Amino acid sequence: MKTLMKPFDLSQLSKAHEVRFAGSEGMEEQLPWPQFTVADLNFFYGRQQALKNINLIVPNKRVTAFIGPSGCGKTTLLRTFNRMNETVPGTRVEGSIRLGEKDLFSIPATTLRRVVGMVFQKPTPFPKSIFENVAYGLHLEHRLRRSEIADKVERSLRRAALWDEVKDKLNQSANGISGGQQQRLCIARALAVDPEVLLLDEPCSALDPISTAKIEDLLFELKKFCTIIIVTHNMLQAARVADYVGFFLSGELIELNRSKQIFQNPEKQETQDYITGRFG
Amino acid sequence: MIVSRSSSNPPSYPPLSRKIVNYVMLSLTGLCTLLVVSVLLTILVYLLWNGVHALNLNFFTKLPAPVGQSGGGVSNAIIGTLKLLALASSIGVPIGLLGGIYLSEFAGGWSAFTVRYTTDLLNGVPSVVMGIFVYTLVVLPMHHFSTLAGGIALGIMMIPIALRSTEDFLRAVPRSLREGGLALGASKSETIFTIVIPAAIYGIITGIMLDVARVAGETAPLLFTAFGNQFDSSGWLQPTSSLPVVIYNYAISPYDEWHQQAWAAGFVLLSGLLVVSIVARVILARGKKLSHG
Repeated sequence: MKTLMKPFDLSQLSKAHEVRFAGSEGMEEQLPWPQFTVADLNFFYGRQQALKNINLIVPNKRVTAFIGPSGCGKTTLLRTFNRMNETVPGTRVEGSIRLGEKDLFSIPATTLRRVVGMVFQKPTPFPKSIFENVAYGLHLEHRLRRSEIADKVERSLRRAALWDEVKDKLNQSANGISGGQQQRLCIARALAVDPEVLLLDEPCSALDPISTAKIEDLLFELKKFCTIIIVTHNMLQAARVADYVGFFLSGELIELNRSKQIFQNPEKQETQDYITGRFG
Repeated sequence: MIVSRSSSNPPSYPPLSRKIVNYVMLSLTGLCTLLVVSVLLTILVYLLWNGVHALNLNFFTKLPAPVGQSGGGVSNAIIGTLKLLALASSIGVPIGLLGGIYLSEFAGGWSAFTVRYTTDLLNGVPSVVMGIFVYTLVVLPMHHFSTLAGGIALGIMMIPIALRSTEDFLRAVPRSLREGGLALGASKSETIFTIVIPAAIYGIITGIMLDVARVAGETAPLLFTAFGNQFDSSGWLQPTSSLPVVIYNYAISPYDEWHQQAWAAGFVLLSGLLVVSIVARVILARGKKLSHG
């Protein structure tokens, strides 16, 4: 059931939208406009409630990390942003999410997923060539010319920092490259259709530290043209890559704030306990 | 069992009883493997031993000779079997394939249960019953036996295995791959036809080849439908000879020469099936290698 967006008191949400950010060089940054505005979101798997009354704003063109113990609902929330949960039978969502100004649930799922790309925990290369993997999304909608597709594939692979490693074997099977390369291939594949948002569901949990570092570096580049939401179990990773961090516990959003604030001076005791490793 | 760390005599692992059980089980499984392999080998060698005198070029190129004359072959039966299998495949493969896709990707709850259950029942129908069924359905209205009727009987017999093996291989495609397609904005059917099926294609082809090999040896349904023919069968509407039926007819005949030819035909049929199933395994292995790097 979709409910109409009701006016809500911004101060009840996370503080993310109130904070004015000073850029790293001390320059005043533009206040990021909301990419997602989530209001009173509840989510159910059958009878079990996985998300309880979530209210938050995800800022545009920033990296937002969701952290929390397993089963806390962070991945569920992530998968609500591209309506991927709807592919699982027996799920139900209540409340409202806005993508920019639009009601997310009014956008057809296939259209939405081209705007909101997603990369999964395990690399999921299709059983096709490297080139065809990246071109997959391009073939779906646009009737592009071959040269345009080739250009976009190259651009996406460059953006995913993979071009130099695969440019000589674009026609080889995507299953033949390493796990870290496969994950960057999946990022390139998602980038090929120029999404506004990139959802990353524990993208590095199956990767070695070097591949992880490459992907983290990549996020700094990608946030110039993409809003990034990353779910991670690795708190150091969240601290390294995220501008904002949301802490979830038992389906509730405990706290969402600037990354520094969360890790150095969290407001809530639960957050403090979690990041210091007292539970979870 | 608690083992004291301070014990000066650490227990020897694994204990003797476990070693014995391990040894016995290993021997038993090895013996069973040996039995299975040797049965196949014995059959092959026995067929070859008894049929080798009849195996010559004529056997593959000539029509059957009248009783009392030496020579002659079973060329019409070989062609007949190939025609029957082609017809059976053109019926069984599309239905099995599409049914498998439906069952794996679209069916839910009741419809899945019904399709799966009826398919399994169909698979359990004795082949002779299938022969009588097609006899009533096709042969009686047409007033004569035909390749068509034989192909339909074998085709129906192919459906359950083609369907279930397609379903199994499609189900084995991980959900993550499907979600990968959906996450790029592909619709469900786009994902199925451009990602899921290509990922499972080697398995599906293997399953179908093994299915063809299985019905190639069916005799009972052909007795009521394709019947048999001492001559070449032109077109699809005449009775046709086939290897299993030739084996049956020659084996129950009183003539030594026909017995030899029955052995030889058995050898040819079994060799053909062996080649098909080996090729199928190679395709599957190749596919696995391709999709796992």
